[in-house]
Amino acid sequence: MDSMSDWDTVIGLEVHVQLATQTKIFSGASTAFGAEPNTQACAIDLAMPGTLPVLNKQAVHYAVMFGLAIDAEIGKESAFERKNYFYPDLPKGYQTTQLEKPIVGRGNVEIELADGSTKNVRIHHAHLEEDAGKSLHEGNFRHGVSGIDLNRAGTPLIEIVSEPDMSSAEEAIAFAKKLHSIVTSIGICDGEMSQGSMRFDVNVSVKPRGSDTLGTRTETKNLNSFKFMEEAITKEVERQIDLIEDGGTVIQETRLYNGDTKVARSMRSKEEANDYRYFPCPDLLPVIVSDETIEELRRNLPELPDARRARFADQYSLSDYDAGVLSSDAAMAAYFETATKTSGNAKLAANWSMGELSARLNNEDLSIAKSPVSAEQLGGLIARIADNSISGKMAKEVFEGIWAGEGDADQIIEARGLKQVSDSGALEQLVADVLAANQAMVEDYINTDEAKRKKKLGGFMGQIMKASKGQANPQQVNQILAQKLNELL
Amino acid sequence: MHNLTIAELIRGLQSKEFSSVELTQHFLTRIAELDPSYNAVITVTADQALKAAAAADQRLAAGNAPALCGIPILHKDIFCTNGVRTSCGSKMLDNFVPPYNATVVENFEQAGAVVLGKTNMDEFAMGSSNETSFYGPVKNPWATDCVPGGSSGGSAAAVAARLAPGATATDTGGSIRQPAALCGITGLKPTYGRVSRWGMIAFASSLDQGGPMARTAEDCAIMLNCMASFDDKDSTCIERDVPDYSATIGNSIKGLRIGVPSEYFSKGLNPGTEQAVRAALAELEVQGAELVDISLPNTGLSVPAYYVIAPAEASANLSRFDGVKYGYRCEDPTDLQDLYTRTRAEGFGEEVQRRILIGTYCLSAGYYDAYYGKAQQVRQLIQQDFAKAFEKVDVIMGPTCPSPAFKFGSKGDDPVAMYLEDIYTIATNLAGLPGMSLPCGMVDDKPVGLQIIGNYFDEARMLNVAHEYQQATDWHRAAPEGLL
Repeated sequence: MDSMSDWDTVIGLEVHVQLATQTKIFSGASTAFGAEPNTQACAIDLAMPGTLPVLNKQAVHYAVMFGLAIDAEIGKESAFERKNYFYPDLPKGYQTTQLEKPIVGRGNVEIELADGSTKNVRIHHAHLEEDAGKSLHEGNFRHGVSGIDLNRAGTPLIEIVSEPDMSSAEEAIAFAKKLHSIVTSIGICDGEMSQGSMRFDVNVSVKPRGSDTLGTRTETKNLNSFKFMEEAITKEVERQIDLIEDGGTVIQETRLYNGDTKVARSMRSKEEANDYRYFPCPDLLPVIVSDETIEELRRNLPELPDARRARFADQYSLSDYDAGVLSSDAAMAAYFETATKTSGNAKLAANWSMGELSARLNNEDLSIAKSPVSAEQLGGLIARIADNSISGKMAKEVFEGIWAGEGDADQIIEARGLKQVSDSGALEQLVADVLAANQAMVEDYINTDEAKRKKKLGGFMGQIMKASKGQANPQQVNQILAQKLNELL
Repeated sequence: MHNLTIAELIRGLQSKEFSSVELTQHFLTRIAELDPSYNAVITVTADQALKAAAAADQRLAAGNAPALCGIPILHKDIFCTNGVRTSCGSKMLDNFVPPYNATVVENFEQAGAVVLGKTNMDEFAMGSSNETSFYGPVKNPWATDCVPGGSSGGSAAAVAARLAPGATATDTGGSIRQPAALCGITGLKPTYGRVSRWGMIAFASSLDQGGPMARTAEDCAIMLNCMASFDDKDSTCIERDVPDYSATIGNSIKGLRIGVPSEYFSKGLNPGTEQAVRAALAELEVQGAELVDISLPNTGLSVPAYYVIAPAEASANLSRFDGVKYGYRCEDPTDLQDLYTRTRAEGFGEEVQRRILIGTYCLSAGYYDAYYGKAQQVRQLIQQDFAKAFEKVDVIMGPTCPSPAFKFGSKGDDPVAMYLEDIYTIATNLAGLPGMSLPCGMVDDKPVGLQIIGNYFDEARMLNVAHEYQQATDWHRAAPEGLL
């Protein structure tokens, strides 16, 4: 019988993080995403003969910042090596990377699980390297021809290598999300997963429950969404368990998972693996990072997610859950804080950021950076809710208007005539008029048992709101109505 | 005009004895008439040269022209020249026209020098005889049945044949000094990091260094003034002021301590070569220098260490030539593997393929420590040998190579015999030290080279010593028959 509970899962991650530098790691070409193919590749990126690399200092600083964020040892003298293999999107025929002397040494990342418990995931090291270009094969390119786009070639990366400390897809996803949160919070990566800014290689093995001996692992490469990663891990764990329980053995291999078709396949086995023939790159000097530089970067390190979470809970009186959700993503955190500042109401800003806004962004597959409703605009809307200018129902309509680009909250409220009437004199007159026009309902109310009268209020409310074209402040109307009916008893 | 040195040509141009256009035309005519016998020049850029010469004449007329303004030179075809085919002596780059200048080329252009063309060389600078060039071997002007040395054999033969007063060259294991010795001219390999490697097609990045070739030390000094510069495009280029190398060449060498390493006079050295070198040392002693016997005990390890490190680096440096982006591509590849395999099998010559295979092997899993790791340790030992020697002496001198120019094909079947050509020159590359060669005698009517090895960034002293020697002797004035 196949039983998941008979097995332990062991997971380690290798995470490629594109650094948010303006230019490439070894050339002055732009790193901006989405340009026409090969328009952002200079002679160095094309590996033209005689060209030489010059290290981008900002990339080094970003890598050090990551090391500081995970409390890691910083390699004060790190070195670049050449990793040799032939592929058309690797122009030099080698990747310039780090092996023996990485810039970031051992560190730790604490993850939080759904049951509220925490777990430490050890980082083995993180190193600097250059990204490769992209091969465009049939289907994505002309029939019968493969194309090479070298715009991405030379984009700076840090590759973060974890210890195999995770034992479920849930833990792996929590770790991946925490890394995303850290690198976006300290501003070294834009975090745009769909553009490949973070890519995950997942090493998975299984072993009989409680066994000390690790099973043979497989590596599933290049997962670029948390969802695909979860699916890929779940499927791979099942595959390995089924395979072993059916008397087979897992072979060490590199696998690919297609998130669209939900199909995983083997890419190459260990026997076919390349001998990369690493050796120190003679074109680059050892990278020396001084204590002064490290201290300066430490002093200027932006707020980390855990610290921000604690601050949010404290400063804005948010629940632990809300503080966690709002602080994990740097862009979301900044959005929330701006909306709070503009509106003066943290509770509403939190509810709207996590509720209506997040739902809409999810539906349209947009990141918060691309939100059609700016934090200032949401803040403006919340201010009108908070001062009772509009009802919650109206607010949703106004939000849609802002989303559609009709302007700020006040402009839309004005244009659509949505202003809520909260003037008590006007409301009292309105309630009196409705009661006068509906004597039969009033009689019925008076003659109803006290216990059942409350149920009759809804009818009056409906009439009053209708008469006000929905603009009357419902809370106030409720109060005035109750008071006036009481007087008639 | 072709017998004048660069220093003399500069005076002639400045005193209007002749114009740069006349000078340029004179050398272009010589190349057209004489080079078919030597095959020293791969590409002649006559139109561009004459245009540059006319522009130089205007600058000269206006006054304040830089020293090299209007002086014709040749560039080794390893230096990228904007808009001019840069082949590196290989079929692989026979169709390659770079859209940028090497820093060395740029420096000469800024100085107003006139580029006559590009010189022949061993393919990707791999060779000591110029026999590996895709464009055919260069012939030694002193004996056309003999090699000119390599890899900068085209530059050396061109200067010896007076096809240009000076030429650029590069030296990875002796590629400036050995051909300079075999062709009877003066050549200098500067300290590693003194001359920018940007735009200089890499053979072995940690050893490659560009330098000048001319007939005199004085001319090498003038050229090095132009070539040496700090360049932020080359991370291994060292930020350090460039002295005026011409300013100190007239200094006295009284009291100069010359180290004479016993290992450079061991068996394998041609007796005639030894005699010429010893005579040169005696001449310097007469001028007041002091000869000090020294030992560089790890010299014997330099050739094996070099033939691990250089091919290892080359195996990676030459991976970019894959038929995908530029250069040679095989006809009708059936798939990616076929594209790679045939492009590289057809585009690279035999020696280049041999070194790629050696380098790939040395770096392979399981062999790295025994070969590459060990070679790097040897490299440190060799550096320590020199460091110890320079505690006692100012310069080190000996022969540049074991014997004079050899006949074509005589070492073709035996790569190791060919590799031993560089036995006296390789150690300086491994240590990153500057070295130079200058003519000091004749054996069998062929020139002998005297090698000077200096301490780091001590090029000015080396040029000074060489110049003083050339003031007292006239080996550097000798010319192959019929070429004066």
